[in-house]
Amino acid sequence: MKEKKGTQAVEKPKRRGRGMLYLKKNWQLYVLIILPLLFIFIFKYGAYGGLTIAFKNYKAAKGFAGSDWVGFKIFEKIFTHRDFGRAVKNTLFINLLDLFFSFPAPIILALLLNEVRVKWFKKVTQTLLYLPHFLSWVIIGALAYQLFSLSNGVVNALIANAGGSPIPFLQEDTWWLITYLLIGVWQTMGWGTIIYLAAITSVSPDLYEAARVDGAGRWMQCWHVTLPCIRSTIVTLLIMNLGKLMQGSFERIYALYNAKASEYSTMIPVLVYRWGIEGGKLSEATALGLFQSIIGLILVLLSDFVAKRLGEDGLI
Amino acid sequence: MSTNTAVVENKKAWTAARVRNLIIDIVIWAILIIVSLLCLLPFIHVLSKSISEEAYVVANKVVLLPKGFSLNAYQKIFADASIMRSMYVTVVVTISFTVIGMFLTICAAYVLSRRNLKGRKVMTFLIMLTMYFVAGTIPDYLLMSNLHMLDTWWCLILPLCFAPYNLLIMKNNFQSNISDSLIEAAVIDGANHFTILAKIVVPLSKPIIATIALFYAVGRWNAYQDALYYIKQNTSLRPLQLKLYYLVVAATESFQAEGGNIGVLTNPEVLKAACVIFATVPIIIVYPFLQKYFVQGTMVGAVKE
Repeated sequence: MKEKKGTQAVEKPKRRGRGMLYLKKNWQLYVLIILPLLFIFIFKYGAYGGLTIAFKNYKAAKGFAGSDWVGFKIFEKIFTHRDFGRAVKNTLFINLLDLFFSFPAPIILALLLNEVRVKWFKKVTQTLLYLPHFLSWVIIGALAYQLFSLSNGVVNALIANAGGSPIPFLQEDTWWLITYLLIGVWQTMGWGTIIYLAAITSVSPDLYEAARVDGAGRWMQCWHVTLPCIRSTIVTLLIMNLGKLMQGSFERIYALYNAKASEYSTMIPVLVYRWGIEGGKLSEATALGLFQSIIGLILVLLSDFVAKRLGEDGLI
Repeated sequence: MSTNTAVVENKKAWTAARVRNLIIDIVIWAILIIVSLLCLLPFIHVLSKSISEEAYVVANKVVLLPKGFSLNAYQKIFADASIMRSMYVTVVVTISFTVIGMFLTICAAYVLSRRNLKGRKVMTFLIMLTMYFVAGTIPDYLLMSNLHMLDTWWCLILPLCFAPYNLLIMKNNFQSNISDSLIEAAVIDGANHFTILAKIVVPLSKPIIATIALFYAVGRWNAYQDALYYIKQNTSLRPLQLKLYYLVVAATESFQAEGGNIGVLTNPEVLKAACVIFATVPIIIVYPFLQKYFVQGTMVGAVKE
């Protein structure tokens, strides 16, 4: 940008004066941004270079640049790998289920909290509900094993006391999936209410007044006033979440993963880790990650487009 | 007056509408109490386990209240050099990460919030692009390897300490909270941008600075993925969460027996419970004070999305 100004300035002395004045006034701003840009270029754009090994047959001995180009061979290889289809299917399927269970919970909770008139009760409830959001996935995983393990989990101890047979919450595939989803709801439901509660506070009191005059009870007010007023927030968040269907939190899956229930925990992020970091098949793992990034980007752009079409604020 | 008495009478009379209202309230309270307890009780259980005598824990007798009382497990944790070392690593990394991240974020947010800056759009685009298209785990890993940062402090601090999302929140906040005319006036008075940033913008933006600093700190405190990838040989650099992962979740590592003089060999279940509490307490202590800032920050993010 600066240099462009300079070359133009040679032909047009007048412009040169203005350019110098601009620089004199603003050079400090460019100094301030040097370091942040440097970080972005080194740690983000620097990593993009590594994507090339998805098109190479990476050999650690030959290094980055020395490995041979193989075109799309690696992609052909991973697309036919038996774990690939499973991981893609699991990622989409589990994220959809996750959305289905985790998305409505904060809305319901926010509507309930909105009905509470006693201040201290509301505050205590909110404090407790937000708590799981601040815990790391390792802690949550550890809590899950403390609560749900077969031999010494308290839930199974209680079930046994009641005369039932123990449930393999984390040791059997279907139960693992249920536990995984429930923990997701547990972790996100409280924190998610914040956005909806903010949206609810901006609903005009006149609307409630009018509804009351028309004889609407609390249920009717909630259904016909509050919900329609926060509709755009709900739609925007839903679309944003649809854009994330191809992603998945490695930390969440990995903290709950165990060898006994590995069917559903084979999702893309875990497969990347297993192939790349554990197995050393760096080219395959990179190709898989690139596939995920591209599909993810397309989904985000699509959802942004849809949101804007529906008259909501986009994400980008 | 007449309306007042009407209200008082109304309060006394159990009309059908009032009864219905009361029932709705009771149901709502009941649901909220149950849901809140679901968030709290797991901790109570684990806390009780961690301070109970191990015989009761082994026999699955501890549900919500501790049975017997023993701090053996905690003594053992504090005597375990590797756990204390992990705590130290986490504290050092979290502080440096947050300080560096805040410095970069504030500088960049100020620059990108100047509307008439030439090249602003290009720079913003270059930074935001990295939010939507990530290189992925393995390229990041290769980068760390090429920079010779694997198994060093730096791989835990530098790669993630400047987050475009936080930059976006802070930039939008600067734009809406600090008027252009204020900065223009300072420029006319001869102040340079370094002075304006340090003396005007930062003091006026304390709430958002606190919020973003907390985002960085809690994010760093809780993460273990990057440590799992990057810290392989140099086990003395394992942050607390990763240490905990190996100890409690994967259970591939046993507790060091350095507190041998404590005598009683504590059951791993009690130790695991104590570990969970040990790693959570710092968050639980600061959390009520920070809650307000977090809520604020989330709203800022939400409004501008």
